[in-house]
Amino acid sequence: MSLNDSKPILEAQNIEVERGGAIILSVPSLLIGEGEILSLIGPNGAGKTTLLQTLSYLLKPVQGEIFFKNEKVNSKPSVFEYRRKIAMVFQEPLLFDTTVFGNVASGLKIRGMNRMEIRNRVVEQLDRLGIGHLSGRSAKTLSGGEAQRTSLARAFAIQPEVLLLDEPFASLDPPSRESLIEDLESILRQTRTTTIFATHDRLEALRLSDRIAVMNEGRILQIGSPEEVMNHPVNEFVASFVGVETILSGRVIKKNGGAFVASVSGQEIEAVGEGHLGETVLLCIRPENVTLSTRPSQEGTSARNVFPGRIEKIVSLGLYQKVQLNCGFPLVAYVTHHSLENLSLQAGREVAASFKATAIHVVRRKEKGAQKGEMG
Amino acid sequence: MFRSLEFGNCLLFGIWDLEFGYWNFVGGQMDLIFEGIKKAFYLLITFDPEVMGITLLSLEVSGIATLISLLIGVSVGVAIALSGFPGRRLVISLINTGMGLPPVVVGLFVTIFLWRNGPLGFFEILYTPTAMIIAQTVIAAPIVMGITLAAIQQLPPKLRLQILALGATRLQMVWILIKEARLPLLAAVMAGFGGVISEVGASIMVGGNIKGYSRVLTTATVMETSRGNFDIAIALGIILLLLAYLINLILTQIQQRERPK
Repeated sequence: MSLNDSKPILEAQNIEVERGGAIILSVPSLLIGEGEILSLIGPNGAGKTTLLQTLSYLLKPVQGEIFFKNEKVNSKPSVFEYRRKIAMVFQEPLLFDTTVFGNVASGLKIRGMNRMEIRNRVVEQLDRLGIGHLSGRSAKTLSGGEAQRTSLARAFAIQPEVLLLDEPFASLDPPSRESLIEDLESILRQTRTTTIFATHDRLEALRLSDRIAVMNEGRILQIGSPEEVMNHPVNEFVASFVGVETILSGRVIKKNGGAFVASVSGQEIEAVGEGHLGETVLLCIRPENVTLSTRPSQEGTSARNVFPGRIEKIVSLGLYQKVQLNCGFPLVAYVTHHSLENLSLQAGREVAASFKATAIHVVRRKEKGAQKGEMG
Repeated sequence: MFRSLEFGNCLLFGIWDLEFGYWNFVGGQMDLIFEGIKKAFYLLITFDPEVMGITLLSLEVSGIATLISLLIGVSVGVAIALSGFPGRRLVISLINTGMGLPPVVVGLFVTIFLWRNGPLGFFEILYTPTAMIIAQTVIAAPIVMGITLAAIQQLPPKLRLQILALGATRLQMVWILIKEARLPLLAAVMAGFGGVISEVGASIMVGGNIKGYSRVLTTATVMETSRGNFDIAIALGIILLLLAYLINLILTQIQQRERPK
């Protein structure tokens, strides 16, 4: 559990939500630090939306409390005040039948802000989300990506202390999604807005979050940093949901043209992609791309990453075997039953693991301002 | 030219006058129509006081009735659309039934209520424009209610949540939802107004068609037609047609604006 030194801005205790006589959400305790980005991942029906709606008090739990900045949110006036400090964006843009400007201004109009101030804020947010040129357009004529940007601008316009996003990129086509995620990431890092967002896309979660919570059947199964959750899943479900990819955090120490070398737990791994010196990157290695060899050295192979390691555990996954290795860093490989037998692999055996530089999926994460006083 | 048409005594007489009689008869009828139209335009163009008076009263009575049914209809419609309560389904089907209520039945019930010895007889408003307003409100309100209900229910279900998430009070939320459904609501008002300004049964029953007091376009047309005063009847009919056209024009505009892209 890494909350660092940020104090919890939002706290949920003993939450239980019922629907139709059944408990659909049960969260004994959840603390969210100020400025952190927490993602909720899980299959459909896991309770992600329910949790988000409960946190914003759009849904009332049958038991449990929500604390915002250490103050209980339960009576009507406090719920209302709390709701005015947070913003929620849904999967559908849910825009109003007016112009883009009118939509972005709606939250401010609700708060009774004066026209001049509204104008300034709206223009600022429109520019930030790159839709300034759409200001006078009717919301009905927008494309999916433009509409979702408008919805986000509407949320940011009120300068929320907590931002809740319910699968906001799910209905966008890949290029719009990619572009929007990038822009959103910059804004979140810049403004240090506490954000909780639900998604079923692991890579999205990896890229944006400080912590990931894996949910299923209304419960949080595991919560921790992306590396923790991905590399040390607490049970079979979490493991199968997050995928058994190896995810390593490394620092870029060398650059060779279109590739770079990252230092991971003292070892050097070469990967293809962009990376600035000193940057922290996440390297994702699919188990099927890891090759094992029992021979001490490899000559004449195009794999640049060869590491000696020791087999810790072998698990059967039906068609193939999952081999967990320790090469100074954790590594997972898939091998066929056939290969397992041929090489006589078993726990405790020393092998050489290799994978190509091109087989690594690199995730670059923008850095938050390191010092407290940084404006970003 | 000799034609044998067996229609009964009257026409036989006409036929005997064959060449002349037959043509004269038709000419007489056509004459009636042309004269009527000419006189009607004269009445309209010179803003004949009686015709104008009747028109203004029509607009006043139906206008007020529509306004009241707008207030009642929208508030009840929105309330039902946004809430759940036991018997909700029954209430909704009652409203839908109310939308098709025969105006004469409404006229009957309002008359009974306002009758001298009836429950509200002491108000003595039978045969007044007020009674007509009441009857027309009863006719129009279910129409506005039903359309409002449907319009609000058709808004995306999560929209309500989004509005609340933006920090709106319940009242602000209702207002925003009404604004979102403004086009269907306008259609509801037009439908209500169109229905009551062209209805005659209830208006005659509770209004009494009293000259200069409770005589409106529809009731006056019935009377003048039965007396054979086609000039006035046609003038009033033209005005009614114009109103019907205007209402339809607005409804069509709304419908076209609402077309999905």
